[in-house]
Amino acid sequence: MKNVLDFEKPIIELEAKIAEMRKYEDKLQIEEEIKILEDKVYQLKKNVFQNLSRWQRVQLARHPERPYTLDYIYMITDDYVELHGDRYYGDDKAIVGGFATIDGRQVMIIGHQKGRDTKSNLYRNFGMPNPEGYRKALRLMKLAEKYNKPVITLLDTPGAFPGLEAEQNGQAEAIARNLLEMSRLKVPIIVTVIGEGASGGALGIGVGDRVMMLENTWYSVISPESCSSILWRSWEFKEQAAEALKLTAADLLKLKIIDRIIPEPLGGAHKDHQKTANTLKNILIEELDSLVKIKSDKLVNLRLEKFAKMGVYEE
Amino acid sequence: MGWFKRSKENISPESQKFDIPDGQWIKCNSCSEIIHRKQLELNAWVCPSCDYHFRIGSGEYISILFEKNSFKECDPKMKSGDPLEFTDTKKYSDRIKSTIKKSGLNDAVKTGLGMIGNKKVSFACMDFRFIGGSMGSVVGEKIARAIDRAYNEKIPMIIISQSGGARMMEGALSLMQMAKTSARLARLDDAGLPFISILTDPTTGGTTASYAMLGDIIIAEPKALIGFAGPRVIKQTIGKDLPEGFQSSEFLLEHGFVDYIVNRKNMKEKLSQTLEYLKK
Ligand SMILES: [Zn+2]
Repeated sequence: MKNVLDFEKPIIELEAKIAEMRKYEDKLQIEEEIKILEDKVYQLKKNVFQNLSRWQRVQLARHPERPYTLDYIYMITDDYVELHGDRYYGDDKAIVGGFATIDGRQVMIIGHQKGRDTKSNLYRNFGMPNPEGYRKALRLMKLAEKYNKPVITLLDTPGAFPGLEAEQNGQAEAIARNLLEMSRLKVPIIVTVIGEGASGGALGIGVGDRVMMLENTWYSVISPESCSSILWRSWEFKEQAAEALKLTAADLLKLKIIDRIIPEPLGGAHKDHQKTANTLKNILIEELDSLVKIKSDKLVNLRLEKFAKMGVYEE
Repeated sequence: MGWFKRSKENISPESQKFDIPDGQWIKCNSCSEIIHRKQLELNAWVCPSCDYHFRIGSGEYISILFEKNSFKECDPKMKSGDPLEFTDTKKYSDRIKSTIKKSGLNDAVKTGLGMIGNKKVSFACMDFRFIGGSMGSVVGEKIARAIDRAYNEKIPMIIISQSGGARMMEGALSLMQMAKTSARLARLDDAGLPFISILTDPTTGGTTASYAMLGDIIIAEPKALIGFAGPRVIKQTIGKDLPEGFQSSEFLLEHGFVDYIVNRKNMKEKLSQTLEYLKK
């Protein structure tokens, strides 16, 4: 089976069996049996998905059939004008963005973009931005500020690209600049982690008034694999590293880093793109409508205070 | 080249070695010259024969830059919590305890107020020997408060970075320190107050991708390793050796990310000279 995670297998096998039985439903009058199997699969699903380990969430966050930024844009918006380029160097394909309309509300929407197959992944650089990606994002945000449009960002990256040119062109400066400018942008910013939130590469478009995560995503300072290789000196401890890093949506809500968890359909976002997008859309509208009421000076102050509170220390 | 050898290091807790060994006679890591401790100290811990910059701590930087007895440390007692109850091969809480004992520091940054010449400044200096100078909640909070002091007293902010990046053992909380400190710098900038960022060996990861790269003026010590991704990771990604001098201070100067490189012996003078212009 293609693109199926280990813990999804028993569920998918049962579902396949039900689908098979359905073909003969009329002839054999096995409705009762199908009903029992359907109950069984529902219970199994519930059981598996309510008890996911942190590593399993990481796997779901990376599921190759999950909706990506452009999928959400197409499902959520009524209109979208994609804008390209940082006006200094190039157009990074790992970050996309543009003006969009959500239920009559004009916004700027920006997100990391992964590819779905080898070819599109090479085109998108696996969702790993170069400095020009962060600079494009900042240009679009300043444009949004100029025309008083709220900014929506969607985070989904395995990290900023660790390459020669990226370093040479100031990867660190580009991310740092975005953190500073986003923290004082005069329009509302709503951030949603839709897949992977890997470190500075994610945070580079992740400073906002509301920070939310879809249910099966992760957000941390480092990926479990890299953490394993540095602290355990081996790639083999990724499951332990994922546990130790406390990187799930529930963990981050508890640590007061995010404001809200966006529920996914049972089985994960990849099982029902449209349903996930509808949930996200409704929540974005709700948050937008409350944030646009706040005056810009106050908004920026509240944002400063929001991040000021993050951290745990003893005095 | 000294910096190139050291580029193998990362933020792993094992790489805490302090550059200056004990004893009266010290061998230069670069040219192997044997130098008397006192002579090194008087030379700002720079090798008199080859200009190799020994890695020094916040205490040494304070004595190099500040007028005698003018520096008052703030928040010296702040210590790391263990919000994630993080354990790898060792418990984070134990690692903190043993590092405090070994280093005599409470975390990876010292902050305070002091006089450079006749100028009062708010100052923060990181310490690589405390878990690789990694930035967790304590570093983030102390730096944020130091920036607030600059903001409230309307004085310049100076930060010396020396850090492997964000601290893994505090997960996303460490990451958020980047946003927290950058937001405070935005406010300082809006108030028209100066921020000078000084980069020393090494400055990488989340530290570089936040306050270290946000100075009005960015200064580097010679031959420091400065970058976002670590050299090892980049090497793995591109599958070939890195060009000589890649991610050095000189490389950053060449590519436009550093205002100037200064020998530590002249840092105080050059800082004072620059500060003269950063006012209206
Ligand atoms: Zn020497």
